[in-house]
Amino acid sequence: MKPLALLVPDALTATAVPVQAENSWVKAFESLEVFGVPVGIFAIPAIPLVFIALYALYVGVYGERKVSAFMQDRIGPNETGKWGLLQTIADILKLIQKEDIVPIAADKPLFVLGPLIIFVGAFAAYAVLPFSSEFIGADLNVGVFYAVSIVSVEAVGILMCGWGSNNKWSLFGAVRSVAQVVSYEIPASIAILVGVMMAGSLSMQKIVMSQSGELGILHYAVFQSPVAWIAMIIYFIAALAECNRAPFDIPEAESELVSGYFTEYGGMKFAMIFLAEYASMFMTSVILSVLFLGGWNSPLPNIGGVALNDWTSGPVWGAFWIILKGFFFVIVMMWVRWTFPRFRVDQLMYLCWKVLTPIALLIFVFAAVWELYVR
Amino acid sequence: MSKLTPEQIHAIIKEEFGAETVSDLDNSRTMPNFTVLDHTLWQPMAYFMRTDERLKFDYLACLSGVDYGDGTLGAVYNLESLSAYQHKIAVKLKCTKENNTIPSVAEIWRTAEWHEREAYDLVGIVFEGNPDLRRILCPNDWEGHPLRKDYTVQEYYHGIKVPY
Amino acid sequence: MAETLEYSPKTRLSQTGSNQYIVEKDLDTEYMTLNMGPQHPATHGVLRVELITDGEVVMKATPHMGYLHRCFEKHAEALDYQKVIPYTDRMDYLSAMNTEHAFVMAVEKLLNIEVPRRVEFMRVIVAELQRIASHQVAIATYGLDIGAFTPFLHIMRDREHILTLLEWLCGARMLYNYIWVGGVSHNFPPKFKQRVAEFVKYYKPKVDEMMALLTENELFIERTRGIGILPADVAINYGCSGPMLRGSGVKWDLRKNDPYSIYPELEFDVVVPDGKLSIIGDSLSRHLVRCYEIYESLKIIQQCIDKMPEDPNFDPHAAVPKRIKPPAGEVYARDENPRGEVGFYVIADGKGTKPFRCKARAACFVNLSVLPELAKGNLISDVVAILGSIDIVLGEVDR
Repeated sequence: MKPLALLVPDALTATAVPVQAENSWVKAFESLEVFGVPVGIFAIPAIPLVFIALYALYVGVYGERKVSAFMQDRIGPNETGKWGLLQTIADILKLIQKEDIVPIAADKPLFVLGPLIIFVGAFAAYAVLPFSSEFIGADLNVGVFYAVSIVSVEAVGILMCGWGSNNKWSLFGAVRSVAQVVSYEIPASIAILVGVMMAGSLSMQKIVMSQSGELGILHYAVFQSPVAWIAMIIYFIAALAECNRAPFDIPEAESELVSGYFTEYGGMKFAMIFLAEYASMFMTSVILSVLFLGGWNSPLPNIGGVALNDWTSGPVWGAFWIILKGFFFVIVMMWVRWTFPRFRVDQLMYLCWKVLTPIALLIFVFAAVWELYVR
Repeated sequence: MSKLTPEQIHAIIKEEFGAETVSDLDNSRTMPNFTVLDHTLWQPMAYFMRTDERLKFDYLACLSGVDYGDGTLGAVYNLESLSAYQHKIAVKLKCTKENNTIPSVAEIWRTAEWHEREAYDLVGIVFEGNPDLRRILCPNDWEGHPLRKDYTVQEYYHGIKVPY
Repeated sequence: MAETLEYSPKTRLSQTGSNQYIVEKDLDTEYMTLNMGPQHPATHGVLRVELITDGEVVMKATPHMGYLHRCFEKHAEALDYQKVIPYTDRMDYLSAMNTEHAFVMAVEKLLNIEVPRRVEFMRVIVAELQRIASHQVAIATYGLDIGAFTPFLHIMRDREHILTLLEWLCGARMLYNYIWVGGVSHNFPPKFKQRVAEFVKYYKPKVDEMMALLTENELFIERTRGIGILPADVAINYGCSGPMLRGSGVKWDLRKNDPYSIYPELEFDVVVPDGKLSIIGDSLSRHLVRCYEIYESLKIIQQCIDKMPEDPNFDPHAAVPKRIKPPAGEVYARDENPRGEVGFYVIADGKGTKPFRCKARAACFVNLSVLPELAKGNLISDVVAILGSIDIVLGEVDR
């Protein structure tokens, strides 16, 4: 905190329009007790969990299938229920019914724990996602730092899956994946730092609040500095790689490694890995919109008497905006996936270390200078 | 140099290697061919055919193993000068079932390696000098050579009944 | 061949700026044997490639095949000539028409019969439609190998038009038994020609679209350019043919160089890469050859439609011999398949209605034999890219 606080003058955060981020819903939950049992404290993590399940079901799987179908001139799921809406439910039912197979040569503890750790890594970051001005699982003062670091746990889970499967293809996938996730964390973190520097805080809520104002979208961090948009793009590319999404899906690489580190998985374990992928997609999208696109702030401006910004602000509106922004980037990720071919391992590393990281560093320095002397 | 007729090709080879080493030209309408009688000369002859300025047979289009049904086996080479003159000729080599060896030309036309493996697998001609003479289409432990005219299929393969 | 062996991982990896190979050598690591296939998404069927790898670098690749071996040649010896045709369909199931054509030409040469001119046109039209359909699959699955999923479905959508046309013509979608000795099985239905012309008109812009989506994609070029370079002399020595050979810059197309049917009357170009986008002989060159051959095939079809003689009372069976009993003799007849030269070496003993020996020279079989040479020293991902660019159909490799 300290060095960053030195970089960013206090006056900057003070100029931001104060918004009533009291996290009042969370506080209400925390104090909720039924017969002396603190139910509310369990309800807080349950809300993002339920949200992930619903989102993965409908935006993730169903949405992805419909988006890809649209791009590929197909219809997509259309038989189960109206417009195929029940298709993913049927898929989940199928996955639940499946026998829980552990290959005989697999390292059982690693094989079983791997998917759990991957999912936990992705899900734990939801604790610091500000879903609204009134709802955030834990308003840590180092929220962004926490999110970046907890996601790295995924790499451990992936390595456990790949090694535990005792399959050469899985091992290849796991090694590739870990190398990729670890490498791409560097440009991603530097890009995040740019956003953090502009807001002057590592707390998610504070970052969002620093971007609110009457002019809506014009207060977003991405328009506050001439290089912020580059940082945003770098973070988006790195996020694709961290989620193992195409064109960086070399850890799964269908046509090369069969399915990469989860080749041997089936049933609910597979569903868990799948869910984690979608969860981290949304998570990175939200972090992106928090840092650069104003989080739960409404993009609409107040124009004279037409106070669009005021009308579309508030806790419920906030949840609407941030989820909308998250979904937007999730859809962009799908769009990218269904358009581009896949990188090769060395090209991937080249892009990370020789293109993204130097650019991110330059931008970081430029943004710091801009914050100190211009803004 | 230009495209040569089969007669001219045959004449060049006869001149180089002697008249008694190759048979007369069978100038049939469908596939002009001649037979190499002296097996020991086949490898030098193949090399000569590939490298000679007048012939330049650099492309081995096809190599077929044949069981003629009368105790002789044969290999038929369809050669072509692809990059230079585009003339064609077929060369035959014959051997008996007992003494079933033919010199390999895998070092001269690399494509022959797999063709020879196939002929070895299906007809049972042993190509001496092939770097990797294994069965290619049938399993390694299959019995017999399916394209022999007197081939009878084995009863069991790893406990599986074969004829049905 | 020594030149290609020089093409070692050291040089390639240092080009891409990685010294991974050298470092691993110092650590004295072990080689790993990796089985690619027979069940693997990138082997296009049941091919097994035994890879010996040093990390991700392939030191040696050995293809093993025969999983789909049905001994077509043994079957052919037990069947009448006309009954062999359906079996030839099942060799290269993606280009059944072309393979039929080669076999039928072999028998016709043995019988020494002339085929009506209209039949020749019909054969060329269906063969070129089939060539487009086959190249479509090759291009589409190549995109899939590289990781581009969407072009695959776009191309399959357009391939459906061809399959529908051919189904309308003879009732089958993939294995036609359409080209008979001396004729074809069915005359063109009324308005078939118009529909083919409509397809040609419809499909040309779609090829442009496909090229823009896949071939001109920077990532795709990055993945295929300079990968698996096959020099022309090596290609010839290995007996490669078709797009494999043309990709190496050899202008060799049996439709031009050993003309058959009515190809001499038609105007089309033999496509070879110009070396602007690709390095001559690499995977991208082979892919480009296939893409541009689609344009040439469309051109050929258009010309055939314009030139084809009309005859309202045409009987496609008029020249079909009632009993096929060729005189003793042997023939090697071949045609240009989408994948290369497919030839049939047929021996007739003059005594019966069955071939004495029928050897099929399969294009894929021969093209595949160059894989160990190309794969050496590349990454595993590149092996997938190379294998896809060879475009094998295991039905034909194993016969």
